Amino acid sequence: MRLFQQKRHSCLSSYLAVTVTSATLLMLSACGDSNNDDNVSNNNATYDITVYNLTNGQPFTPLGVIVHDSAYVPWQLGETVSTGLETLAESGDPSTFLSEANANNAVIMSTSSSNGPFGPGSSETVSITVDHSASLQLTVASMLANTNDAFTGIRNWNIGELAVDDSVSSVARVYDAGTEANSETADSMPGPAAMGEGFNAARNDLDRLTVHSGVVTADDGLLTSALNESHRWLGQAAKVVVTRTQ
Amino acid sequence: MTGNTDSTARNGFRKHSLALALAASLTSAFAASATQAATWDVTITNLTNGNHFTPLLVTAHDHGTHLFQVGMPATLPIEHMAECGHLDPLLATPEVGAIDADTIANPATGLLAPGASTTAMLVTTETHLSVVAMVLPTNDAFLGLESQHIPSEAGTYTYYVNAYDAGTEANDEVLMTAGACSYTDIGMMPGAPGMDAGTNGSGVATADSNTMIHVHRGVLGDQDAIGGNSDLDSTIHRWQNPVAKITVTVTP
Repeated sequence: MRLFQQKRHSCLSSYLAVTVTSATLLMLSACGDSNNDDNVSNNNATYDITVYNLTNGQPFTPLGVIVHDSAYVPWQLGETVSTGLETLAESGDPSTFLSEANANNAVIMSTSSSNGPFGPGSSETVSITVDHSASLQLTVASMLANTNDAFTGIRNWNIGELAVDDSVSSVARVYDAGTEANSETADSMPGPAAMGEGFNAARNDLDRLTVHSGVVTADDGLLTSALNESHRWLGQAAKVVVTRTQ
Repeated sequence: MTGNTDSTARNGFRKHSLALALAASLTSAFAASATQAATWDVTITNLTNGNHFTPLLVTAHDHGTHLFQVGMPATLPIEHMAECGHLDPLLATPEVGAIDADTIANPATGLLAPGASTTAMLVTTETHLSVVAMVLPTNDAFLGLESQHIPSEAGTYTYYVNAYDAGTEANDEVLMTAGACSYTDIGMMPGAPGMDAGTNGSGVATADSNTMIHVHRGVLGDQDAIGGNSDLDSTIHRWQNPVAKITVTVTP
């Protein structure tokens, strides 16, 4: 399946991009577990970040995970999105989103999940270890693969306030990146329902971030849609649980 | 005072503190005599346009009890509730137990119609509240307030609740025409109390791709009352979340 191959590639490129742009950062390891036993100190904080896929027909692409302080804001409703977030939302590849983040002084580390896309009813966990600070914030993003440019995620969660063994949990809405028309055609969506194009630099939609209005699907009268009613969702698509374990 | 605390169903940001949990369990274990029962007046309002709720279960419990968990499989008693509206299996579980001062079943004495409200009065020493009922007409949609912490301070607290898909039955949107509802049915909605559903639908969907409890994707419906895929009316039976508003007035 092309999406899975694409993800392995993106994971590799993510690793390279992160390494090149952030060589001075400690405990940095894209593509999975970023615990670093060589740098254990009393001030380390470890967080387990789990995302549950609560949709019925939308695979989630690998999670882009960023730890930062409040000066970094990954997206804002009504504003245009970065090329990195456009790429994540259209193709599922988080690498440009993460490398953009790493170029920001407010970003402490970034990584992505390592197991490829994960489907409805399943979950993915990323464990990260960073120097603790009360000002730590967390951002997580993932594409809904059977869409043109929908993504779910959370941003600017204050995980620095969590004590060891505390956890926070919430459900996450779905955003429309606004960078690609929601045509739902087979040639325009990268997920398994379509196997079409991922990222395209052209911006032929509103070019501002909105709350996603959902997919229409052929079952509901959009006859050119490659989707059926099973791919719909209502509002929220994910549950995000963050637990500080150290 | 009025607290306005979003439930997990919305954009609430819940915090589970182990310290608080320990304090709570110590309180119940060693200071039970000092624990005053509080009264919770729990009012449930049906916010939908055209969906009825089956008899509601309103139950107080401790922080470790979960009637259901979003993202996890539905238990058999939850499947009974979500597919047929049956509460007896839940009332037979240790998590809920029999009807008593802080477990109320069917406060509306029947269905809760669109726009209608009902109130259950609980007298309890517990800290958390769960509310469930099936959404009709659907295959296995239910409204769920899941193990919501209720403050001990006097006040009125408001929560908005999603419809979840139990993940246990295909959303075929075909209405049963005879017989009693059973959780073993493959598809088939047990009733359309608004008497506004169609007939002869050929079936919208086969089995769910997501077999865990998940956010319901909504019903499809159609405009063919005597055929089409769905027996639901797309102008009546669709909803957006939230589907219910729950207010809890705490009187210590």
